[in-house]
Amino acid sequence: MAFQEKPMGFFTDTSVCIGCKACEVACKEWNQLEGNPPHFTADSFDNTGQLDAQNWRHVQFIEQVPDNNGVVMTPTPIAGGQAWLMMSDVCKHCKNASCMEVCPTNALMRTEYDTVYLQKDVCNGCRNCISACPYGVIGFNEEQGVAQKCTLCYDRLQGGLQPACAKACPTESIKFGYIEDLHKVANDRLANLRKQGYAKAQLYGRDDKVYGGLNAFFLLMDKPEVYKLPNEANATLPSRNNLPGYVGGVATAVVGLIAGLLAFRNARMNGVPNNNATPPH
Amino acid sequence: MPPAEHFAAPPEWQWWIVAYFFFGGLAGGSYALGTLLRFAGDRRDESAARIAFITSFIALIPCPIFLTLDLGQPIRFWHMLVDTSGGGLAFKPDSPMSLGSWALLVFGLFSFVSFLGAIGETGWLRAASPISRALRGGAGLVWSAIGTVFGLFICAYTGVLLAVSNQPVWSDAALALGGMFLASALAGSAALLLLLARSRRDVDADTAYRLEIADRYFVFLEVVLIAIFLITLAIAGTIGKVLGIWILLWLVVVIGLLAPIAMARWDVARRWPPVAAPLLALLGVLALRALVIFSAQT
Repeated sequence: MAFQEKPMGFFTDTSVCIGCKACEVACKEWNQLEGNPPHFTADSFDNTGQLDAQNWRHVQFIEQVPDNNGVVMTPTPIAGGQAWLMMSDVCKHCKNASCMEVCPTNALMRTEYDTVYLQKDVCNGCRNCISACPYGVIGFNEEQGVAQKCTLCYDRLQGGLQPACAKACPTESIKFGYIEDLHKVANDRLANLRKQGYAKAQLYGRDDKVYGGLNAFFLLMDKPEVYKLPNEANATLPSRNNLPGYVGGVATAVVGLIAGLLAFRNARMNGVPNNNATPPH
Repeated sequence: MPPAEHFAAPPEWQWWIVAYFFFGGLAGGSYALGTLLRFAGDRRDESAARIAFITSFIALIPCPIFLTLDLGQPIRFWHMLVDTSGGGLAFKPDSPMSLGSWALLVFGLFSFVSFLGAIGETGWLRAASPISRALRGGAGLVWSAIGTVFGLFICAYTGVLLAVSNQPVWSDAALALGGMFLASALAGSAALLLLLARSRRDVDADTAYRLEIADRYFVFLEVVLIAIFLITLAIAGTIGKVLGIWILLWLVVVIGLLAPIAMARWDVARRWPPVAAPLLALLGVLALRALVIFSAQT
C-alpha cells in the first residue's frame, strides 16, 4: 500500500544503536553502491569514515575511552556513563535545505514526502551543494560525474516499502514513518531516558530551531557537536552570506571606480592637472 | 563570540576554478578600466582603452571552457541556464552560481561587442567598423557603463559564491571575499594593461603613468580588504586554515602587491625589466585566489 503524500522521515534513536552497520549494508545493497575501498583507521571501529557518494548511511563510533594515562581521548566528557556513542548518520532532509538553496540547476528537489531528492539526470556535477551542506552528507561520484546522497529510498517509498536501512536495523534505532508520528515517539523516548537519569539526552532537529526542522532527526546522548552536528548557533543557511557578500562587492566597486576615475583624470607625470580633457571620439 | 563550527565536506574545486576566477577577474577588471579611461575623456588614453576592451574579451574566452571542464558532466553545462527539471529558465537569485552563469553570458555579449568596436577602430577588421561607429559618443559610453556593471559583477561574485556556503574560511569572511577579489582583479587588470602598454608605441607614456597610479589605488584597496578578510577569519577562529603552508602563497601575494611600488620608488628595483612588476602583480592575483580556494578545502 502506497504511503500518503505527507512529510515522512527517520527518527534515529542513538541510545539503542549497537554499531552493527546493518543499515550501511542494506543501503548499499538496495541503492547498488559499490562502496569505497576498505581502509584501516587503526584508531577507531569506524572504518567507513564519513558520509559521501558511496556511503549514504554512516555509523559513527564516538569513542570516549580513557587512554593508558587515564586521559580521556576526546575533549568532551563521557556522556551518561557511556564510553562509546554510536549514531547511524544520514542525510537530514532539512526543511530549509542548504543544498537546495545553492543548486543552480534545480537538480535537488522536494518530493511529495517532503524529502530532498537529488535528480542524477539533472545534476551537472558543479559540486556547489557539497560546499553548502553543513552535515557533509553529499559526495561526488567520480565515475558518474554527479553528486550523490541518500534518497530516503524514494523508489521504495513510491512502492509502499520502508527505506532499506530502517528495515534492516535490528534494534529499531532507525525508525521510519510519518513525521508527526515520529515526533510523538521521540518525545516519549526522551521523557523515558530523562526519567532514567540521562540528563544529556536531547532531540536534535525535532523542532524548527535547526534548519526549520529535520525530516531525519535524532535522539542524542550528548551535545550535537560531539556527533559532528552543528548546534543551533551554527546551523546557518548559506544564503545568510548573500547580502554581506554583495554589499562588500558593491562598496568595493564604488570605491574602485572613483579611485580609477581620479587616477585617470587628475594624475599627470609632471604633476600638472589634466586640462586637455576632451570628449571621447 | 564562539568560533564557528564547520562539518561541511570540501567540494574539491581545483585549478579549473582558480583559473576561471583569475581570467574572469582580468576580463571584468580590464573592461572596467577601458570604460574608466573613456570616461576620463582624454584622447591620448584611447589606445589604452582599446587594448583594455580587446584584453577583456580575450581573457573572457577561456572562462566558460574552464567552468565546463570543471563540471562532472561537462555536456550538461547548459543546465546552468535551462531548468531541465521543471522547465523554463534556471534562474535562482539566492544562488551566486546561478546568477554568475547568467552574468557571464550577458557580460560575454557586452565584452564581445566592445571587442569588435575596438578591433574596428584599429582597422584590423573592416567588417567591425559599423560597430565602432555605433559605439562612438554617448551611446558607446552608456554601452560600456552597463557592461562594466556586469564586468565588475564577474570580478566580485566569485568571492560571494565561495561565501554562500558552509565551508570554513569562505563562509566566515562573507563581507570581505567579494570585495577582495574585485580589488585584486582591478589591480591585476591595471598591471596587465601596463604590461601590454609598455610593449606598444601607440600608448601614451602619460597614460601608462596614470595606469600606474590607478594600480596603486587598487593595491591599497586590496590591502585593506585582505586585512578585513584576515580579521574576520581571526574572529571566526579559522585563521589557522589560511596560514601554515599557505604562508608561501601569501608571500607571492605580498610580493605582487609591493613590486609595482618598489619599482617606482627604489633604484635597485628600477633595474628590473619593465615587465617584471606587472608579471609579479599578476602572479600575486593568481596566488590570492589559489590560497583562498585551496586552504579552505584542506
